[in-house]
Amino acid sequence: MKTDEKLGGQGKATTWRFGPFGGRFVPETTMNALIELEQGFREALADREFMNNWRERLEEYSGRPTPLTFTERLTDYAGGARIYLKREDLNHTGAHKINNALGQALLAKRMGKKKLIAETGAGQHGVATATVAALLGLDCEIYMGEEDVKRQQLNVFRMELLGARVVPVTSGTRTLKDATNEALRQWVAQVDRAYYLIGSSVGPHPYPLLVKTFQRVIGDETRAQLLAAEGRLPDDVVACVGGGSNAIGMFTAFVEDETVRLHGVEAAGKGVDTSFHAASLSKGRPGVLHGMYSYFLQDQHGQVTPAHSISAGLDYPGVGPEHAFLKETGRVRYTYATDEEALDAVGLLCRTEGILPALESAHAVAEAVKIARKRSKNEIVVICLSGRGDKDVETISSAGRRSGE
Amino acid sequence: MNRLTEAFQRKEEVLIPFISCGDPSLDVTRELIHCLAEEGVLAIELGVPFSDPIADGPVIQAASERALENGVTLVDALEMGKKVREDGVEVPLILFTYANPVFQYGLAALVRDAVAAGFDGIIVPDLPFEESEELRQYGQKAGLAVIPLVAPTSRQRIADIVASAQGFVYCVSSLGTTGMRHGFSGEVDEFLQTVRSLSPVPIAIGFGISESKHVAHFRKRTDGVVVGSALVKRIGELQSSLVSENSRKRALSEVKAFVRQLKTE
Repeated sequence: MKTDEKLGGQGKATTWRFGPFGGRFVPETTMNALIELEQGFREALADREFMNNWRERLEEYSGRPTPLTFTERLTDYAGGARIYLKREDLNHTGAHKINNALGQALLAKRMGKKKLIAETGAGQHGVATATVAALLGLDCEIYMGEEDVKRQQLNVFRMELLGARVVPVTSGTRTLKDATNEALRQWVAQVDRAYYLIGSSVGPHPYPLLVKTFQRVIGDETRAQLLAAEGRLPDDVVACVGGGSNAIGMFTAFVEDETVRLHGVEAAGKGVDTSFHAASLSKGRPGVLHGMYSYFLQDQHGQVTPAHSISAGLDYPGVGPEHAFLKETGRVRYTYATDEEALDAVGLLCRTEGILPALESAHAVAEAVKIARKRSKNEIVVICLSGRGDKDVETISSAGRRSGE
Repeated sequence: MNRLTEAFQRKEEVLIPFISCGDPSLDVTRELIHCLAEEGVLAIELGVPFSDPIADGPVIQAASERALENGVTLVDALEMGKKVREDGVEVPLILFTYANPVFQYGLAALVRDAVAAGFDGIIVPDLPFEESEELRQYGQKAGLAVIPLVAPTSRQRIADIVASAQGFVYCVSSLGTTGMRHGFSGEVDEFLQTVRSLSPVPIAIGFGISESKHVAHFRKRTDGVVVGSALVKRIGELQSSLVSENSRKRALSEVKAFVRQLKTE
């Protein structure tokens, strides 16, 4: 480690941070593990064979590049801009999560680790991690809040089927936030052989950078595909934001293009004026959790408060530090959609395009339709359809939704 | 010179007990501080409960949750310092709090109010050296020791960390979280020697120290020994007798006996 990197924090803008956000707010026992991870990551980035191997696996195992689909009937329905979908739902395991899981698992292997540790909320990231662990022959331990274990029995079974051990977490709110705490704790205790595979663009440095590196393929592909199809860049790009990995993966390719408007959609749950939402950027305050300085839902004393969203993947009381930075610079507009709006958007996309989106992605669909309506017919809106909704059918059905309403 | 530096110089005591503020109640915490001070300790760490105690094992997590259920906050912990100082307690007090409550309170305001409340030091377990410069500057000016942690894995960073240490250096015995352990690897002694040779201030050890034989072993190699989970677990077992006025006295004497036993070689 060079001295400038070693002493990099200290509140100044360095590679540790996005503006004031990010950093490495972890116990001293975790610091060396992060330093080694950063070193391993930099070496892997410079290793052409490593990056090629990752790209090949994405193509041959996950089915990349995913298509960019023009939506004829959704465009007609909105009556404005032409709407495209970036089809991350067509990835192996059904969402963009695999891009990052594959990249980090290959990194773990390159670093000589024998075991993957991960946190999961509803189980999607757990399934992606268990999948790549099986693929690469690594042990796998998934930390999952006890409440989530009860609610998501099928995903627990799926992870176990893939050979992972699912460990219920009984501390705090017994959900994703606490599963993340426990995964970080357990990683430190067995750091010699274990690799912590974080699932979103959150956590201490270098995790947000790592996840961005493995997710930016979404935006890079989209940019090239749209240029090929339309000969121009989009006017608006919309993605949902929980921790923010699909959004950062999509936005990164367009951040320098000043004409492209970027929109991040958080979960408003039952409404941002109730206490049942997950809109950290809109309603939270800056603070520290899970090793990063970012926006969090918290009370006046700095205790983190539970989030709520019908979509488990957005049900997180914080957000990745780069999103906090993009909010403060104004480069990305952050807004929100409620549970109801997301459910409506699920039905809409099913009926107009024959595509069942994940509840997470439906938040982006809801906002994109609003935007497209206000735009002219020669403008282009791209939605990051981060995942498919097969996993959500039970939730959608118990919310009382039928196809065709 | 503050109470903490003086206490290390007297070399009378080595034990630094940790208790969670508000577990099982604020009244009991006040009495526990009295009884620890009477029993004779080097300093007391007073833990502020936090929703996400990432450095702590299950015992202190549970204590933190009990205190949170009692609605205990950083403000209550400061108030506790003020009260026991008014009661005449002279033992050095160390505020143990995670970073987020500190940021929400404001660094400058917290350092000022902690000193006013009679605290001598502060430990923020998720504010490593690279993130703590601002707090260290405020602490230095106000006379609140910002106590750093070092771990066996801190390696080449140890020199930088201890060079700026205030009060004492808190050496973490082993990887993982706080919590009771049966034994320690021989490498710990070597690690302590390294820290001692580099540190301009006294050193203490913590994480997993739960038996009198651990205390006896480490008192020869350090200036202070932190006992957290073992004591917090005992307090947890006694919580109903501690809360009830009728049985509190007896329960407090059991806590005292536990501390005394830890100190016997």
